[in-house]
Amino acid sequence: MDTPAIEISDLWFAYGGVRVLEQVNLTLPRGDFLAVLGPNGGGKSTLLRLILGLLKPGGGQLRVLGAAPGQAGGRIGFLPQFTEVSANFPITVLGAVLMGLVRPGISWPRGRAARRREREAAMMALSRVGLAEQAERRLSDLSGGQRQRVFIARAIVSGPELLLLDEPTASVDGRSRQEFMTLLAELNRDMTIVMVSHDMSTVDGCVKSIACVNRTLHHHADSRLTPLIFAQATGADLIAGCPVELLAHGAVPHRVVLDHENPDCCGGRHAHGGARGHDGPNDGGEPNA
Amino acid sequence: MLEALTYDFFRNALYAGLLASLICGVIGSLVVVNRVVFLAGGVAHASYGGVGLAFYTGLPVLPVTAGFSTLAAMAMAWVTLFSRERADTVIGVLWAAGMALGIILLDLTPGYNSDLMSYLFGSILAVPDSDLWLMAGLSGAVLLLVALFSRGLFAMSFDAEFARSRGVPVRFLHFLLMGMTALCVVMVIRVVGLILVIALLTIPPFMAERRARSLRGMMLLAGLFSAVFCTVGLYLSYALDLTCGATIIGVACVGFVISLAVPQRRMPVRPASPLAGSGAA
Repeated sequence: MDTPAIEISDLWFAYGGVRVLEQVNLTLPRGDFLAVLGPNGGGKSTLLRLILGLLKPGGGQLRVLGAAPGQAGGRIGFLPQFTEVSANFPITVLGAVLMGLVRPGISWPRGRAARRREREAAMMALSRVGLAEQAERRLSDLSGGQRQRVFIARAIVSGPELLLLDEPTASVDGRSRQEFMTLLAELNRDMTIVMVSHDMSTVDGCVKSIACVNRTLHHHADSRLTPLIFAQATGADLIAGCPVELLAHGAVPHRVVLDHENPDCCGGRHAHGGARGHDGPNDGGEPNA
Repeated sequence: MLEALTYDFFRNALYAGLLASLICGVIGSLVVVNRVVFLAGGVAHASYGGVGLAFYTGLPVLPVTAGFSTLAAMAMAWVTLFSRERADTVIGVLWAAGMALGIILLDLTPGYNSDLMSYLFGSILAVPDSDLWLMAGLSGAVLLLVALFSRGLFAMSFDAEFARSRGVPVRFLHFLLMGMTALCVVMVIRVVGLILVIALLTIPPFMAERRARSLRGMMLLAGLFSAVFCTVGLYLSYALDLTCGATIIGVACVGFVISLAVPQRRMPVRPASPLAGSGAA
């Protein structure tokens, strides 16, 4: 249990010769709740796929739960982006959760006892997300927020130690989002959570640390949002000031923005702004969809 | 109908139709939920190259066509996986190339081939016993493959990204699905012809998808719809002296329209919010 949940050193990754990520270093202790913020195309999802073992790193070290990525099996729970799943698919809520127990290889017929164990595990996961009564309904009859909870149940049905979430709140409306974050905080008692998001409002009380990913990674060991984090996370220029739009929307209307305390963190505000000039337009980031 | 059943050719036609329905229900459902209908269409048309090859070389048609369409299916599966950007264009080219090859090879084959049209529009009334056995063997093989890889196939169909994260070999299963589609197409060519294959592969699964509660249920229901269409179509074509394959598809299309008109027991999807609605679309 002493091995960190995630250990990354000098990791880089390139798509067709273009480096999307470089010099990524991160040591994530167990029990942490990390929010990975950053502009679209900054490499957040790529990092998540590297951790899952879906992509092979160009170089550097990466250990997940003490194992090579892709080797940790059922110890990792995963929630892909919502849009991956077709809404018309004929499946019940229970059936969808059971997908979280799928293993590679040939599906030999399972005995009744094995099927019952799987069913019980799925019902347990469903009751943890508060949807046990919906188990026999068709997945397409549920609301977007409920469906997202079903996918959380699918991610935790194997009893993972690490939960990886890709934009979990993107398709969830405001009130459901609040409930959803409360649920994640509860789950965080039993497992380490890494949540990729470009939505600042998800960074509330339950998040314990923040990583800003924009080609490289800055890890902030506490979850207070500073102007620097905003700049890193939105790809905006620090001098442009506080991105009010991001602060004013979402579950928590406005929060205290701390002064930039650690000027060494990424070379100070001017150096930071200058360095950004290489990797993208400096026009304040992309419109927030 | 009973009177028709006394003829051998009609009984064989019925058996062929039911076998094709079984396999169409299973593979068609996978094709529809994996959104590879266009690929399946490509495989169906390219398989004409196999028909041409069989006539040109004088080898038995069904095995040669099966081998040829499996190769075409592998090529198309490879294109969709590794050159995603223009995959649809390349499949379109393979689609046309297979058909052209078939026609040219038939041109080069000495003698006059009256059978030509039968592969385009089906020849269910001329299915010999040997073909029936071959179809049964192919169906058995395909069903066994689906059963052995069912969990992986279902997981891939539902959410490929998640399946990959669980270690499911999604690429292999994609090739497997396309290979099975090729075998399915070869069998259905006998029944409705390669031009109409796509209708039998997609209409019953589409009707079943909205009513089923599991992929297994969708396969069963689609197979059932398909069997009804084949039986009714076969009988109508016999009674009214119409082209059999087209009549079966005609019945399927009528069934499709009726299915759209009949209200479903289940409530339609309520979008919880505009955001959730757009996410689901």
